[in-house]
Amino acid sequence: MDAIILQVLNGLDKGSAYALIALGLTLIFGTLGVVNFAHGALFMIGAFCSVTLQRILNLSFETVDPTKTDFLGNPLKVKTPYVESWFGPEMGSTIIDWSVPLAILFAIPIMILIGFVMERGLIKHFYKRPHADQILVTFGLAIVLQEVIKYFYGANPIQTPAPEALTGVAQLTSTIVYPIWRIVYFCFAVAIIGAVFAFLQFTTFGMVVRAGMADRETVGLLGIDIDKRFTLMFGLAAAVAGLAGVMYGPINAPNYHMGMDFLVLSFVVVVVGGMGSLPGAVAAGFLLGILESFASMKEVITLVPGINQIIIYLVAIVILLTRPRGLMGRKGVME
Amino acid sequence: MFGLDKKDSTLLLIVALLTMLAPFILNPFPTESGLAQFNAGYPDLMQRFVIFGIFAIGFNILFGLTGYLSFGHAAFLGVGSYSAVWMFKLLSMNIVPAILLSVVIAGLFALVIGFVSLRRTGIYFSILTLAFAQMSFALAYSVLTPLTNGETGLQLTLDDPRILGASATADGSIPVTNLFGLEMRAATDMVVGPWSFTFSVGYYVCAVVMLISFYLAIRIFRSPFGMMLRAIKSNQQRLNYTGLNPKPYTLAAFVISGMYAGLAGGLMAAMDPLAGAERMQWTASGEVVLMTILGGAGTLIGPVLGAGAIKYMENIFSKINDNVLHGWFAFLPDGIEDFVVFVIHPFVGKGWHLTLGIIFMLVVTFLPGGLVEGGQRIARLFNRKKADDPKSASTEPAE
Amino acid sequence: MGILEVKDVGKRFGGLKALSDVNLSVKENTCHAIIGPNGAGKSTLLNCLVGKLIPDTGSVMFQGQSVLGRSPHEINQMGISRVFQTPEIFGDLTVFENMMIPLFAKRDGAYRLHAIESVMNEKSLIEEAEKMLEEVNMLDKRHMHSASMSRGDKRRLEMAMCLVQSPKLLLLDEPTAGMARADTNNTIDLLKQIKEERDITIAIIEHDMHVVFSLADRITVLAQGTPLVEDAPENIKGHPKVQEAYLGEAH
Repeated sequence: MDAIILQVLNGLDKGSAYALIALGLTLIFGTLGVVNFAHGALFMIGAFCSVTLQRILNLSFETVDPTKTDFLGNPLKVKTPYVESWFGPEMGSTIIDWSVPLAILFAIPIMILIGFVMERGLIKHFYKRPHADQILVTFGLAIVLQEVIKYFYGANPIQTPAPEALTGVAQLTSTIVYPIWRIVYFCFAVAIIGAVFAFLQFTTFGMVVRAGMADRETVGLLGIDIDKRFTLMFGLAAAVAGLAGVMYGPINAPNYHMGMDFLVLSFVVVVVGGMGSLPGAVAAGFLLGILESFASMKEVITLVPGINQIIIYLVAIVILLTRPRGLMGRKGVME
Repeated sequence: MFGLDKKDSTLLLIVALLTMLAPFILNPFPTESGLAQFNAGYPDLMQRFVIFGIFAIGFNILFGLTGYLSFGHAAFLGVGSYSAVWMFKLLSMNIVPAILLSVVIAGLFALVIGFVSLRRTGIYFSILTLAFAQMSFALAYSVLTPLTNGETGLQLTLDDPRILGASATADGSIPVTNLFGLEMRAATDMVVGPWSFTFSVGYYVCAVVMLISFYLAIRIFRSPFGMMLRAIKSNQQRLNYTGLNPKPYTLAAFVISGMYAGLAGGLMAAMDPLAGAERMQWTASGEVVLMTILGGAGTLIGPVLGAGAIKYMENIFSKINDNVLHGWFAFLPDGIEDFVVFVIHPFVGKGWHLTLGIIFMLVVTFLPGGLVEGGQRIARLFNRKKADDPKSASTEPAE
Repeated sequence: MGILEVKDVGKRFGGLKALSDVNLSVKENTCHAIIGPNGAGKSTLLNCLVGKLIPDTGSVMFQGQSVLGRSPHEINQMGISRVFQTPEIFGDLTVFENMMIPLFAKRDGAYRLHAIESVMNEKSLIEEAEKMLEEVNMLDKRHMHSASMSRGDKRRLEMAMCLVQSPKLLLLDEPTAGMARADTNNTIDLLKQIKEERDITIAIIEHDMHVVFSLADRITVLAQGTPLVEDAPENIKGHPKVQEAYLGEAH
């Protein structure tokens, strides 16, 4: 029993990331009808938002401490981050420690802005073009974004630690221990997913968007400027992907190609959930995350060697062949 | 010539001339000059040009004609490489059986994957092929280690049980791949004044195979089968109601393009007998997509051009470092020189992927027909200026 | 015994009865029109004839053979060609290539791997294609990219593609929908000419009464998924049931 609970828990953090990326992909696909291969890159940029904030917060000036000398006998140079001198050493170091959660605030406007620029500058020219062209141009964009990040941050992964208070493990039951940050990540993902759904469900803006997803032409006929709202949705989807990336840093140190790695899997997730279905994307994200973690159990691997590597793809193939619309896909989407 | 019309014969002849003279054409700079590093005429790179050309020609038969975008074609290339290396290990160092086996195995593999994947179209097809390729990649790394030697990759060893041939040469080293005794590694240098040109057996073998592949591709393009494939891309519904079953046609195209990929993989192993799983990764599949689109999907020569352009960038463009840049712009005043170098720096050297990504985006956005369309547009521009006869320019059917 | 026999065909979509007890007999070498108000089930019936839909009940026989359960390409190979409401042609191909494809289908069947021979060596087929293009007055357009033609030309091309296969039965789905009067009249003339010159049976679904009464030898009126009347055109015009069905729609 414990083993099962533990595997479910282990699957949740990856599942959360899949679900968040897949949610954004589906929002874009459902509203704009665009297959966005650059969505993984947005996730990656989100993660680098927290790297950037961490660097900004650690910007320091050097002072010479006349009272101390280093081991060579020279006066000791001390680096003090600006934040520490502005807010006092204690407050300052706390801010630095909490740079990852703080990066959420930093990332939201940046991601929305990137989303707007992407949609207005590139994607909108591809609404009427075939899906293959959309895949290709966003694939090119993903390469570009990835290379830009690589240019500025290098090819090696950069550690972005969680706040000290949220590191370590929690004793869930007498036998189950689980890293605290992963619990945080899961709760964070659930909160974002809840917020997106609430936004779509309860605001007039959301209602129009949902109506537009169901039948774009009719909504257009009502005289509602659906395009502007869809641009906003692109920004929102970018923000969701970015936030997923921001908080993922402490689980896996960000590197420039993490987006591509997640993208391939997220597309599989979207297809399994059903192209264009938001609940489907979320459910499939968690489901596949958990399945993947079950497949990595020792017992399972000895039974079916290599299954942990291929389980997601295997599920996708089976689902696509037996239920072409995915778990919750609607009729007439991309058929 | 060979059952081709005049236009296609000319194209084939030009390509044949270019590939045969490649060791000259690609080495335009004297060995001692500063620009020698932009010479691409060394055997290793020339082999890659033509091998990836074959890969892209095959991919184009599927994507360019039917419009089915496969994101898993590298799997067939990888399978081809593994098969060839096994043939070297078990049977003989002659490349003919190895390449034959890689084509056959890749074809069978493509038959299975294609049969399943082609039950869906559009993005679902892309995802299915991607899933199959990623599965093959993951399995090659893990469970199939006895067949693939996992992360290290499959290599020749001194105790390979080669049935036709020795496990090791007289001096105790691993024998080299050959074509009925003609060693792939053999090469002769020709020095003309300050220039030096290398003629390698391996390159010419690859080039001949590429020319045959290219010739077959032309025949396929001009055949009823090729026309059916274009009809599938254009309107499957009409095809159905015209009494044709699109499934076997697309499957045949898929298998043929898989066999081309297997051939490329087999040749790769024939030039350098090792095979690794990374050849099957989806980024490798993405690369052939880039090549085909960049050159011009659905055109004959496009994929070869695209493969050449990308491989040139990868190997030569990537060598441009700051020193080279400073050398180029030395005529500028110091401050401006530094600035220009600073601006160009991110796009060259290790940043060549960035340039590739930007060019690719521009091509997809503004030039869906790739380099070939670009060439046609330029040619039309000149024609119009020369002849100023709008009638003949506009009614020409697109080839 | 007609060339096409539809017996007791019924089709439901969920709770909706789209067709019930449809009986229809189309006589060889006649033009049979199926008319009816919107939602009468005309398109559903047509889709049942060509293999796109499979009826829940009943049978559809063509020349004594059942078409049920066969896919569209098999049904075409039996000798049924279909013209769509909006012309379905191969837009990326030239007019000439559009003509060659049905010819290959007719000669080689549903699938044959001709990957090495050149299309240009198929002299007899090329001749046939050019003859057909001449007949529909499109020979001068044979190198044109078919997507760039006018709608009327696309319609003529589609008909030519169907006719070049010399089908026994030609199904037309509102062939003049959305056409200007002149184009409509051209289409009527073309169809009349086809009817006179060839051994062909035509079944036509149409909204436009002008088209129907210029062409049809026999008319079936469909309403709410069931045939109301079947008779010669002159008897249909004043038929009370027909007026009722059409007036009922106006409310």
